[in-house]
Amino acid sequence: MLNIVNKSPLERNTLDSCLRLMTAGGAGEDAVLLIEDAVYAATRGNAAAAKLTEAMGRCKVYALMPDLEARGVADRVIDGVHAVDYGGFVDLVAAHPNNQSWL
Amino acid sequence: MKKFMFVNRKAPHGTVYALEALEVVLITAAFDQDVSLVFVDDGVYQLKKQQLTKGIETKNFSPTYRALDGYDVEKLYVERESMQARGLSEDDLLVDVTVLGAAEMAALMREQDVVLSF
Repeated sequence: MLNIVNKSPLERNTLDSCLRLMTAGGAGEDAVLLIEDAVYAATRGNAAAAKLTEAMGRCKVYALMPDLEARGVADRVIDGVHAVDYGGFVDLVAAHPNNQSWL
Repeated sequence: MKKFMFVNRKAPHGTVYALEALEVVLITAAFDQDVSLVFVDDGVYQLKKQQLTKGIETKNFSPTYRALDGYDVEKLYVERESMQARGLSEDDLLVDVTVLGAAEMAALMREQDVVLSF
């Protein structure tokens, strides 16, 4: 399952719900892709960054590079988060059997 | 002349609120009012340096904050607690601001004639 989150972790609880409900599948089966305002969660010093780091033990975490750049935070991404471009977004969708957009 | 305060609480690109607030601020300034801008919660992200929106193909309105000075909009306030929760410091912001604690911010809000929230 590819979980796509697009809301700021400090404004909405979508990232919390996603991480809480995400099933701990086998290695490499679950992933979280942060897009739009959700990319702030993957930045150093953000109050939600620790939750994301904790989740990396269970899943891979990706963030969309154009959204990081638009927000001026491309140079503040925490360790363990993989930045992807739009092509990478498509590859992630294709690589997972299903996906869920947490709105 | 009335004291107008614009309270910005949303991140800049995920919704249109930040851009709309800027439009209204510029209109209000044209009517010679006493304008204050406040940035709290995710609103502090509006002032983050180095925003490059080419990749998401939207208007990069962040340079506009630097031009507010030219419209005599010089009172910009940022809440300290909001910056800290996001790992930001004054050095990360693209304009000079006054940093206030929550209590000072509340006092400033109480002084206003009109408060508009975005």
